[in-house]
Amino acid sequence: MSWLQKFLPSQIRTEGGNKKTVPEGLWAKCPGCNGVLYRAELERNLDVCPKCGQHMRIGARRRLEAFLDPEPRVEIGAEVLPMDALKFRDSKKYKDRLSTAQKATSETDALIAMMGQVKGVPLVAAAFEFRFMGGSMGSVVGERFVRAANASLEHGIPLVCFSASGGARMQEALFSLMQMAKTSAVLARMREQGIPFISVMTDPTMGGVSASLAMLGDINVGEPGALIGFAGPRVIEQTVRETLPEGFQRTEFLVEHGAIDMIIDRREMRDRLASVLSIMTRQPSPAVAS
Amino acid sequence: MDMNFLEFEQPIAELEAKIEELRYVGDDAEINIGDEIARLQAKSKSLTESIFSNLTPWQVSQLARHPQRPYTQDYISRLFTEFEELHGDRAYADDPSIIGGVARLDDRPLMVIGQQKGRDTKEKVYRNFGMPRPEGYRKALRLMQMAERFKLPIVTFIDTPGAYPGVGAEERGQSEAIARNLLEMSKLRTPVLCTVIGEGGSGGALAIGVGDRVMMLQYSTYSVISPEGCASILWKSAERAADAAEALGITSSRLKELGLIDQIIDEPLGGAHRNPEAMADSLRQALVANLDELGRLPLDELLSQRYQRLMSFGNFEVK
Repeated sequence: MSWLQKFLPSQIRTEGGNKKTVPEGLWAKCPGCNGVLYRAELERNLDVCPKCGQHMRIGARRRLEAFLDPEPRVEIGAEVLPMDALKFRDSKKYKDRLSTAQKATSETDALIAMMGQVKGVPLVAAAFEFRFMGGSMGSVVGERFVRAANASLEHGIPLVCFSASGGARMQEALFSLMQMAKTSAVLARMREQGIPFISVMTDPTMGGVSASLAMLGDINVGEPGALIGFAGPRVIEQTVRETLPEGFQRTEFLVEHGAIDMIIDRREMRDRLASVLSIMTRQPSPAVAS
Repeated sequence: MDMNFLEFEQPIAELEAKIEELRYVGDDAEINIGDEIARLQAKSKSLTESIFSNLTPWQVSQLARHPQRPYTQDYISRLFTEFEELHGDRAYADDPSIIGGVARLDDRPLMVIGQQKGRDTKEKVYRNFGMPRPEGYRKALRLMQMAERFKLPIVTFIDTPGAYPGVGAEERGQSEAIARNLLEMSKLRTPVLCTVIGEGGSGGALAIGVGDRVMMLQYSTYSVISPEGCASILWKSAERAADAAEALGITSSRLKELGLIDQIIDEPLGGAHRNPEAMADSLRQALVANLDELGRLPLDELLSQRYQRLMSFGNFEVK
């Protein structure tokens, strides 16, 4: 802020005059520290701000690309596609919302699952695509999750799921609520068979996803600073009629309250989960193996 | 406006008021107006029938939340010859918005669990408007797992606007409490029979709603989100709740069509609150029939059917 701007009363200052114009594509601005970042560097850093460590949201496919070894990779459940059986219509048709989301994300629904390896440890990994209707869980997400878990069960290999979701998909009404029961039931099978499930909660993991598969990890992991909870902060504020404390429903808050085992920085996700999983499946340390 | 009647019932309310008036006149007048009263009563009945034969989902949702609608305790006291309430989650507190305990239905010992709303203001607050906190769900799970140990079938009554959205509830792991119930209920080695008796509010309802059979009273509702909540998110206005109720398909008839519930239990004319005794009788018959059927299944068969039922939920195409 220049001396002149400081001198002027706040009403006279204009918002626009102070804005740096950032050319689209080359630079990005960190929502955490407002630092201007070179996009290529940010991407190399897995969309974690190199200055303040802010974990920005990252797409599902990129997430899995960054997490899994390059080979082998087999996608699971891509054959399962959404349909609008209820002919749901609010201010827009659900069918139109689906095709808009499909065009915007190049994905067919909000969950992607792959069988692969992390540092040589075989596993199934799934990730929510938040840009697809807020990562909401409808029938396709539920079914793909079940297929991913079934692949885990069949091959006796662990399942890792990266959640990023606003909750159940309203446009599928009660069908989406039932996905909570469906995904939880398949996780009960995983427990009975002794197959590890690691749930990684990323920003945000709320509502029906948080209150089903995401909280059911043998190990619950959070990315730093992610919003995680059942009810949204605005709903809670309206109910209790008070401002919520700083850091409420953030990963660190959940660790403090015992809901999450550990926080893992995205840049260390591969190493640390490979290590944890190799121990849980009683395999040699991936550090030694590689 | 008569508060015993909902807005769409006001024509019935007017007729009933007339009948009352005539009765009052009839008491001290010598003229015989019995015929007139009978005529008006018949008219009131047919009017009620016609209004109730064509309810909108929004009207049904008002009935599901009717202030006089029978709650879990009303059914417990009418249905069971014995009932001992059991309290607490053994970890933090007792949540009065969920009640549960051992009970006997005729000669059938069982465990009953349900959300409980309050009738007057004081009790409403005490029951937290039927919105459970994590300790409520954990108490429910404790009782369900106890039922499994002692081979008691489980009957649940669902009646909640939803799980409580509060600071303490979040701190104590509302999400985890609900999620854990979903997981555990899917594998309880005892029959689980769930009935939505009023409001089936989202995850807070489902957390005691995973079972072998799910039934709904005719004018109860079951939804992923309240019509008001849905309207304010998708239409940006809570005023559009009636449209949201329509789109969400929250009624028993619609959910039965969609295969998401197994059975509808018809309500007395005008709704359960018009004749709680008759409602309890129909509920009893449905509970008995289903418990007996489920009780005859070998446990492995029961669990495999329950699992298949859960896995079957979803609408998608495979290409």
